[in-house]
Amino acid sequence: MVKHVDAIIVGAGWAGSIMAKELTEAGLSVVMLERGSERTTPVEGAYPESIDELRGAIRKRLFQNLSQSTVTIRNTIDQTALPYRQLAAFLPGEGVGGAGLHWSGVHFRVAPEDLRLRSAVIERYGEKFIPEGMNLQDYGVSYEELEPFFDKAEKVFGTSGEAYRVQGKIVGNGNVFSSDRSDNFPLPAMKDTFSASVFRDAAKNAGYHPYSLPAANASRQYTNTYGCQMGPCNFCGYCSGYDCYLYSKASPNVNILPVLRQEPRFSLIPNAHVLRVDLDSTKTKATGITYLDTKTRKEHSLSADLIILGAFQFNNVHLMLVSGIGKPYDPVSNTGTVGRNFVYQTITSSRVWLPPSTYTNQFVGAGGAGVAIDDFNSMNFDHGPLGFVGGSPVWVNQAGVKPIAAALGAGGGGTPRWGSAYKDSLVNTYKHSLGIDAHGSNMAYRDVYLDLDPTWKDAYGQPLLRMTFTWKDNDIRMNQYVVSKIEPIARAMGATKMNLVHLNAGQPFDTRTYQTTHLGGGAIMGDNPQTSALNRYLQSWDVSNVFVIGSNAFPQGMGYNPTGMVAALAYWAAHHIRTTYLKSPGPLVKA
Amino acid sequence: MKGPLFVAIILGAGLTGSAIAQDADTATLEKGRYLAAASDCAACHSVHGKPEYSGGVSFSLPMGKIYSTNITPDPEHGIGHYTEAQFSRAVREGIRRDGSTLYPAMPFPSYARMTDSDIHALFVYFRKGVPAASVPTPDNEIKWPLSMRWPLAVWRWVFAPTLHTAISRTAGEFTDPQLARGAYLVEGPAHCGACHSPRAITMQEKALTADSGSLYLSGGGVVDGWTPPSLRQENRTGLGRWREEDIVAFLKTGRAETGSVFGSMTSAVLHGTQKLKDEDLRSIAHYLKSLQAADQSQTPWTYDSTITDQLHKADLSLRGARVYIDRCAACHRTDGKGYPAVFPPLAGNPVVMQTDPVSLVHIVQAGATLPSMTAAPSSFTMPAFNHKLTDQQIADVVTFIRHAWGNNASAVSAEDVKQFSKSMPPSDMPDDTPALN
Repeated sequence: MVKHVDAIIVGAGWAGSIMAKELTEAGLSVVMLERGSERTTPVEGAYPESIDELRGAIRKRLFQNLSQSTVTIRNTIDQTALPYRQLAAFLPGEGVGGAGLHWSGVHFRVAPEDLRLRSAVIERYGEKFIPEGMNLQDYGVSYEELEPFFDKAEKVFGTSGEAYRVQGKIVGNGNVFSSDRSDNFPLPAMKDTFSASVFRDAAKNAGYHPYSLPAANASRQYTNTYGCQMGPCNFCGYCSGYDCYLYSKASPNVNILPVLRQEPRFSLIPNAHVLRVDLDSTKTKATGITYLDTKTRKEHSLSADLIILGAFQFNNVHLMLVSGIGKPYDPVSNTGTVGRNFVYQTITSSRVWLPPSTYTNQFVGAGGAGVAIDDFNSMNFDHGPLGFVGGSPVWVNQAGVKPIAAALGAGGGGTPRWGSAYKDSLVNTYKHSLGIDAHGSNMAYRDVYLDLDPTWKDAYGQPLLRMTFTWKDNDIRMNQYVVSKIEPIARAMGATKMNLVHLNAGQPFDTRTYQTTHLGGGAIMGDNPQTSALNRYLQSWDVSNVFVIGSNAFPQGMGYNPTGMVAALAYWAAHHIRTTYLKSPGPLVKA
Repeated sequence: MKGPLFVAIILGAGLTGSAIAQDADTATLEKGRYLAAASDCAACHSVHGKPEYSGGVSFSLPMGKIYSTNITPDPEHGIGHYTEAQFSRAVREGIRRDGSTLYPAMPFPSYARMTDSDIHALFVYFRKGVPAASVPTPDNEIKWPLSMRWPLAVWRWVFAPTLHTAISRTAGEFTDPQLARGAYLVEGPAHCGACHSPRAITMQEKALTADSGSLYLSGGGVVDGWTPPSLRQENRTGLGRWREEDIVAFLKTGRAETGSVFGSMTSAVLHGTQKLKDEDLRSIAHYLKSLQAADQSQTPWTYDSTITDQLHKADLSLRGARVYIDRCAACHRTDGKGYPAVFPPLAGNPVVMQTDPVSLVHIVQAGATLPSMTAAPSSFTMPAFNHKLTDQQIADVVTFIRHAWGNNASAVSAEDVKQFSKSMPPSDMPDDTPALN
């Protein structure tokens, strides 16, 4: 007898935890399945073990175990993909909390025009402006529609920031390019590190519009809308890659799971690797899921009325492909939707050295804190003469450089990798340098996509997901343009030396160095079932009792960090499930 | 037509002809459930992983080990054969159904204050609201002649209040109904004095009520490795600087701006006080605030920033300062103020200034977990430092916080720490698995 519950949620990260909270509030019984192990801040996050860098960021304590499953990667359609065997370019999470446990905490909303980028570009520059082969699309949802859910998420995350405009009134020194908010941030902005304050002054003097990064690092102690408590951040620098021992960085584990664990309608099954969503014979209705208990290696099935896929971006796409939900994307005919519009972000990190009399102290930091400018992001500048689509915020986000990372990162680029000159450079960099990032968008292209690998299988016998990805001219030129704007700012900051990094023309994607974990697309939302796997409520066009929540829904990679958008989309989808779908299950949008 | 009659017979058999009203209504049962929480019956009669109230919690006494009994309605191992009168005698007078005397680990001297109506509700709850569990109580491990129970009867005659005295106290002299309610709860069902009042060499509480002297709730002897602090109005070591709302928050959520729960009290909040109504918690707080300091000699604590200033200048010359910075300051801050209701303050915290430092040393050695509570779902952990710090380092850092920020308690030696490590409580909560986050 297969156990039946109202709803099954795959993945115990932000998307899954938000959906579980919303659905139990609606009275549903919910089982949440997590491939990795149980993780709780009072146990695994206890100080000081939690900030052991060797166990942590170096040996990848909180990240996906690639010995069990991974992806294969190739740059172009004519190559043979090979498995990604060592975590480097991107770091998916594993275990309860998912990537939401090891993220840094930068908690953006969305640039409104990014939600309708195709329409905005056409309105301003005409359809011909869109390069051949770029699958530029709108989300099918507007900022105004999402605003209440951004607000709701910020109050759950305990987000620190400074608003610019609330209910039509300018209230503070926030981002002038940001849209109207219904309410202020729940907490005041994080304080500037010294490096961020230097950038703020220089950017302002250059005529740009610096603002404090919105951070889900609590600037004060905070009790969220669910009654969960956060301690204030002390800038220890162990955000990204770590579980915050101070309970300052928002995570599903700190901000939502404490209440869910008290909820009798909720249960969480860790070490449960979901193999597939089970469909009925018509392939239009999901009946449940089948998962493998990774401890016992036994398969189990659960039945449910509603299935939520809330795993990491590419795992959601993988589950859809192996389960037969929707039509797989074919780049040759440009048809099918699952795997389409696979996107990343175009990020380069430059370094600037200040005089020895000024101390940036790179050990200090907070993952979400910093100062940014949006003058070259989204549609905030004139792309006409530049001839590319997209943009990048530029920021100093001093997140804290840990000792081993500092040692590994020093040297090279003209300085020795050993000996006293190496040590001098290491010390100088640690004390006096700062990083400036161009954190840019990445457009979708017809021949950049996800599908099932024809050769390689995971430890459970299922085909691996194959990524076909490389940099395209549009994004390379965008990156070069934005990085060129960094140089004068750095000079104004008093740089004694700078190492400006940008992509070069024709440069392929390289998996060996960390860039970002902000993967997106592959199962995108939209208005048209021919070009999107999900409708505007993140409901599968093809299997209406399956909702797929995550950055997989983004048609383009945006300049902002994705978590805030994922959280808002989760609350948005949950709202429509609660108010409409549950009363009358079926497609929320007619295909 | 056999149905109802059959049910009636079964019910009758179950009730063994007692005086219990056969149609005990839900309200009475719920009142009983509430009183069971207020009386914290579960703390001693429930073991994690076994049926609720099936007993088996062990108590280590100098003469041997005793076990709490099964108080479910199971007729063989529980109290299924107890009449309400017998139940009442056991709870309020410490006399079992067979006439022998209970070990005073059962706080019947406090429960003696409970009203007939409350005892009735409790009885209804334990007969009808708790499922019968056929779990035998382990035999006590006390050797003859100490295993004889008649000396207990003598103890009871000498030290336990008569029902008459206790009940008349319940009727009470408080004109303020809130104070009267607080006194009833604290002195009666909540039996706070069982731990927080000092006991004589013969083990009886030196005072059972507020009007029997200022030793009442003035701090008790070590229980399971923790020293219960004074709940009276001492400025430094009591609740003198806790506001009523701090006490309410503490009992409701295990955390207040002035401090967080740890040690044996954690279980009392988890299973007991967090389930009380706000008005009852306010009554308790109001009553506790009315208890004058037993020790009138304490100079009021005021914050002193000398140590804070030194730490801010990276002056770590004081013994223990470096350990404090490396191990403690991230949460408790260099100013010792912590983050109220998240990480407790050490500056001015009465537990830090207790004369007996055993609780403080034990929490550093064993750590503590503040579990998830209904009204405050977040769980917080202080890690254990017994494997990370030497006895000398623990002595130094405990001495440091006992002297810093206006605190003025005595120094602790490495020898003390070594001694205390023998009675170090287990790092995990013994009775429960706290819901973690």
